[in-house]
Amino acid sequence: MKAFRIIGRSIRDAFKSVFRNFSLSIASILCATITLLVVAISLMIAGNVNNATKNLERELNIVVYVSKGASDYDVTQIQNKIENIKNVVKVDYKSKEAWKLEMSEYNSSFGNVFDNYDINPLLDSFVVTVKESKNLETVTKEIREIDKIESANYGEDTVNTIVSIFDVVERTTIVVLIALVFVTAFLITNTIKLTIYSRRSEIEIMRLVGSSNIAIKLPFVFEGFIIGILGSIIPVIITIYGYIIAYEKLNGHIITDIIKLISPFNFVYIIALIIVLLGALIGMIGSLRAVRKYLKV
Amino acid sequence: MKFIELKNVTKTYSTGVTALADLSVEIEKGEFVFVIGHTASGKSTFIKMLYREEKPTKGSVMVGGVNVAKLRNGKVYKLRRKIGVVFQDFKLLPKLTVYENVAFALECLGIKASEIRPKVMKAIEIVGLKEKTRSFPHQLSGGEQQRVCIARAIVNEPKLLICDEPTGNLDPDTSKEIMKVISNINKELKTTVIMATHDKEIVNRMKKRVLLIEHGVLTGDYLKGSYKSHESI
Repeated sequence: MKAFRIIGRSIRDAFKSVFRNFSLSIASILCATITLLVVAISLMIAGNVNNATKNLERELNIVVYVSKGASDYDVTQIQNKIENIKNVVKVDYKSKEAWKLEMSEYNSSFGNVFDNYDINPLLDSFVVTVKESKNLETVTKEIREIDKIESANYGEDTVNTIVSIFDVVERTTIVVLIALVFVTAFLITNTIKLTIYSRRSEIEIMRLVGSSNIAIKLPFVFEGFIIGILGSIIPVIITIYGYIIAYEKLNGHIITDIIKLISPFNFVYIIALIIVLLGALIGMIGSLRAVRKYLKV
Repeated sequence: MKFIELKNVTKTYSTGVTALADLSVEIEKGEFVFVIGHTASGKSTFIKMLYREEKPTKGSVMVGGVNVAKLRNGKVYKLRRKIGVVFQDFKLLPKLTVYENVAFALECLGIKASEIRPKVMKAIEIVGLKEKTRSFPHQLSGGEQQRVCIARAIVNEPKLLICDEPTGNLDPDTSKEIMKVISNINKELKTTVIMATHDKEIVNRMKKRVLLIEHGVLTGDYLKGSYKSHESI
């Protein structure tokens, strides 16, 4: 019961002191708002960059041509072998007849040329989709080792360049995000430290009248929680409405149709949740660290 | 066993300054003791050691059967609940009213709201501030602020009341009133009072036990002492 009373009192005092020390609370809340807004925008950008690279990666696949003279049985064998290679997600077969038909439909002059031949000069083919773009090279090598394969290509030079660019972009966004979270934590912690510095006499009196350390820390931890939550309100609103508006204005893609934006739902809710949790957590940890300094006996 | 027992207590600060040297003293329950001495004589260190604001470098400090010197940091609050402390600079929370300042001490301890009110009102009545419960510290005189500080110190009915120059910032008349309040607490509530002071008039008038500390050494212990016998101070 006593513990509940202490928790209850801590929550009440936390609300009271946010309003009693209004100017300092506003400073902390604004600091949290600005830094969390930067984190929210960065999260949205990073999410979309990641999504765009993943989408583009999905477009990258291996085109395999089967040697002339391979029987239907051989083709089935080859397909089975390719499907059994590690990191292969999908194998689409397209027979030389299907190619002929498609080319004839695409341009009638192809049809005329094909009509002059008794045999079909085209080759049976497979389009192989792999799990990740970095698997392209090894999978292609393995396919080339299979018998009766004419060629297996994925546009090596261009694709390798694109893959390494994607890799750099992904790594950079992660590093920038982590750095931003640290900067946010540092800034919010320091502003809360200032708030608590002005109230060190309160902590001193609490110690003198016999408050346990946990009872001293609790109101400040709740206060940090409240500041974090209040500081995350504006970033959350901007995240939800800003992203939905931007998505609609840009028609769901940026620059070209290839770079698609993530659809707003549930993306905005996830970002909003991350921002609220981050605000609350940093607020609490910041307060805890600041109070600890004045608890040395 | 005595209520307070210091045995061969030495305190050397990290700067190398020795504030107390091999000090031993015993104090009975319910006693009223003055601690006098020059500035930097060691009397503040002596006082701080009783509520474990400082730890001795050597020796033992027993308060109410607890060896304060060996008390772990996490357990200090248990000792402090049995002790009330009054300071020269009052240490009141400026944004809380008189009532809230006194109640603060009990709220911190997680005491029931229904128990807090009668205790706080009793403490405020003892120090004679019943009419000012809703005033803020800045609306009170120095003497009244000190009364609030005393009320806060006694609201939890401590066994020991430590006063660190409580009249240091007050004029002689107000000092007399404050001493009357502290003396009443000692007589009526049987609270042991230990008071560090520079105020000669008070010590001479009260004729209580006096401990004289000079350069960290206990040089005098007079049962009905006064400043008169140590005019050099």
